[in-house]
Amino acid sequence: MRVVVQQAPFDLGKEMANFTVGHGDNGAIVTFTGVVRDLPGTPMQAMEIEHYPGMTEAALAEMAQQASKRFSLGDVLVIHRFGRLKPGEMIMMVATAARHRKSAFDAAEFLMDYLKSRAPFWKREITEEGADWVASKDADEAALDRWKVDPDQGG
Amino acid sequence: MDVLYFAWVRERIGIPREKVVSDAATVGDLVNELRAREDRYAVAFADLSALRVAVDQVLGDFDAPLDGVREVAFFPPMTGG
Repeated sequence: MRVVVQQAPFDLGKEMANFTVGHGDNGAIVTFTGVVRDLPGTPMQAMEIEHYPGMTEAALAEMAQQASKRFSLGDVLVIHRFGRLKPGEMIMMVATAARHRKSAFDAAEFLMDYLKSRAPFWKREITEEGADWVASKDADEAALDRWKVDPDQGG
Repeated sequence: MDVLYFAWVRERIGIPREKVVSDAATVGDLVNELRAREDRYAVAFADLSALRVAVDQVLGDFDAPLDGVREVAFFPPMTGG
């Protein structure tokens, strides 16, 4: 398990290549990459991501551990950046390794759903008109509901 | 204890963190003490439904007790990913 919070860009190809090493007993590796999306209309000059040093690392490690246990992962990787990013730059990635693909896909979705609204990051969009904090969406909170059922109880 | 503010809560209060000496029993009591201090706190804490709280770096709620707590943080709903 590896959790990284950093300002610098990461090398997606290298991370994916490294993640596959030593996972012969895991037949499925899923990766998700989040990219800074430009705004419709007014072009975005940058996205600024603030976080809570200390809590961020702990919260991500806790999510990764929960995902590991719940989906019997062979390994899990989470990288999340902070600071000033431009449209098109990679913000974050998760990678999950499991024996079969359903567990690997589900674990990646589980991690993304929790990352969205339980990891202490706050995004701000900078345009020539000013800076706006990105509001959380009700849908992000609702996305967590489907994970609240204990998988052993048939959820 | 240390009180931390993030995102627009930090902007409205004007500082990222401060030491607060308080006998508040719960997070909610601490919020009421801060609100009474100055307008900028009252503005930042006007709508608690728009705020989240972490107690010693773990998400909590406004009823959480403060006994033995070293760090409380206030911030808007998170937007990671």
